[in-house]
Amino acid sequence: MRPVYMISGGVSKFTKARHDKTFQGMVKEAFDYTLKDLDLEFGKAFEIIDGSVASYFSDHFQRQLMSGIMVQDYLGLCPKPSHRVEGGGATGGLCFQEAWKSIASGNMDVCIAYGFETMSHVNTWKGNEFIALASDVSFDYPVGGFYTGYYAMMVIRHMYEFGTTVEQMAKVSVKNHTNAFYNPYAQKKIRPTVEDVRKAPMVAYPLTRLDICVMSDGAAAVMLASEEGVRKIKKATKKKLNLVKVTGIGRGTDAMRMADRPRKNVILLPHESADDYKNLKYPGIHSFRAGRVASKLAYEKAGILNPGKELDFVELHDAYSSSEIQTYEDMGLCKYGEGGKFVEEGYPFMPGIDYGLTLPKQGKIPVNPSGGLLACGHPVGATGLMQAVFALWQLQGTIKKHFGNNTLQLKDPKRGAIHSHAGTGTYVTVSILEKEK
Amino acid sequence: MADKEKANIPETDEGTIVFNVPFPDDLSGLKKMTPIIIKQPYQIDYIHSYGQDSPFFAGLANKKILGTKCTRCGYSYATPKLHCMECGSECDWIELPQQGRVHTWTTCYFGSEEFLKETPFNLILVEFEGIDTLLLSRLVGVSQDEISIGMKVSAKFKRNSKFKPTDVYFVSSPDKEEKA
Ligand SMILES: [Zn+2]
Repeated sequence: MRPVYMISGGVSKFTKARHDKTFQGMVKEAFDYTLKDLDLEFGKAFEIIDGSVASYFSDHFQRQLMSGIMVQDYLGLCPKPSHRVEGGGATGGLCFQEAWKSIASGNMDVCIAYGFETMSHVNTWKGNEFIALASDVSFDYPVGGFYTGYYAMMVIRHMYEFGTTVEQMAKVSVKNHTNAFYNPYAQKKIRPTVEDVRKAPMVAYPLTRLDICVMSDGAAAVMLASEEGVRKIKKATKKKLNLVKVTGIGRGTDAMRMADRPRKNVILLPHESADDYKNLKYPGIHSFRAGRVASKLAYEKAGILNPGKELDFVELHDAYSSSEIQTYEDMGLCKYGEGGKFVEEGYPFMPGIDYGLTLPKQGKIPVNPSGGLLACGHPVGATGLMQAVFALWQLQGTIKKHFGNNTLQLKDPKRGAIHSHAGTGTYVTVSILEKEK
Repeated sequence: MADKEKANIPETDEGTIVFNVPFPDDLSGLKKMTPIIIKQPYQIDYIHSYGQDSPFFAGLANKKILGTKCTRCGYSYATPKLHCMECGSECDWIELPQQGRVHTWTTCYFGSEEFLKETPFNLILVEFEGIDTLLLSRLVGVSQDEISIGMKVSAKFKRNSKFKPTDVYFVSSPDKEEKA
């Protein structure tokens, strides 16, 4: 495998509805930003780019098949190689890793990963129906197909096993919304309190409207390159590049139907022991085995032994405040069962921001500095790539340049992780990003 | 004042048939034009086969909950799988008990469009004694504050089968009623 570098990225502002642009036009905004950040004009970019990978989740949302090629031609990238990737909520994470593979394998030197979703083309409740079609249509969907309902059942079991509380979940929502307040790309601009989260309309007990991400229109793009690709870009731009290296990727899976998931032993990370989990039946309904396997594989490749100590920040897939807590545990930022306490004590909060909460361990390992899906929005095919772009800017130290303010810039972060997650934990990807010295 | 702000006529998807729109003489104004948004209907009936899972639905029509059991390793499935996820071998059909316990649950106050009119409704994953996996179903006749993990539930069946997994649903089953 060859080393793979992240060079540049762009994100369209996520909003409820982008009626002013088609999906091609939205991706063009993100793609153009990616080139502009390098001062790379289109003609030179076309000479250098070997191909692309397209990321979008649902054909239903637009009633348009083959949207990927329509983006490829709009961007002017025909006749270069491309393919579409789809894997539910993890589509963006999978797309990032497919572009990584294109480079790592030697197949390409410069590859563009682009993704989008236009969820405003149907009403919210129809959108929920489309998303719920990502559950078994023979056995699960007809019973009352609703993703918030599925995740609610998972966290009810997490609360039962570990004593996780709704207030702890609400603190995730407070954190991510507050962070996003300083992110101009974020869809939501509110600063809720724990009380606000709990008083918001109940969607599926215990998840309220503020525990859940919203539907969005949006696009994102990322440029990845080999060492040879980096040389070509340097030559074309005559600029020193601010490089981030992708030092590990991992993926995991689990059964589509939650009912089918086993109740066995925890898959251990290097810093854990079987004694930690004597009476825990795993993954059951409370944890995401796919997230654990994706983390384990990515950590092995990147040489990470204790992620809670060796990662400087994480951008993870917080479609629900509950799944952020569950994911702390899958990723080994804390032990299984300690996710609620982890957020309560302040570990995943940003340093230096006033959340109106008492947080003795504030900022130990910031999670979703960007505001995550809860506040930035979740235009599915763009989401995993948005995380990659925000993580890139974080590691480059260029948050101020892109966000217009420095509040969310961590001090000299060296290594971060991005985590993308599909339907109740069926596909999960984790990629490790490191600032190149 | 707050009430005045909340007062509005709900938005609907009905529209007016329009065959033309105003158009500027000067084409340079076109980029400032607001987007044209149309309604595009889409409706389809699928010919959906339950394939190897079909006996489960025949079972529900005959007031039986069927699961499967691996012929090789004995792993048992409350939601049928005709091949074992544990060892890859073929499974046989077995009849499941009609009583179980709530493994986890939720009450949905919103939902997908198709189920909105049924809200609020309770979803449960049912665990059956001696069976390795669970079954997703509805819990009927109790409200959110009456549901808890571990509570006993028993199956009820629709008289007119729809050949959907909702042909079976569960109700609370207190200990005293269980023997009846
Ligand atoms: Zn078996």
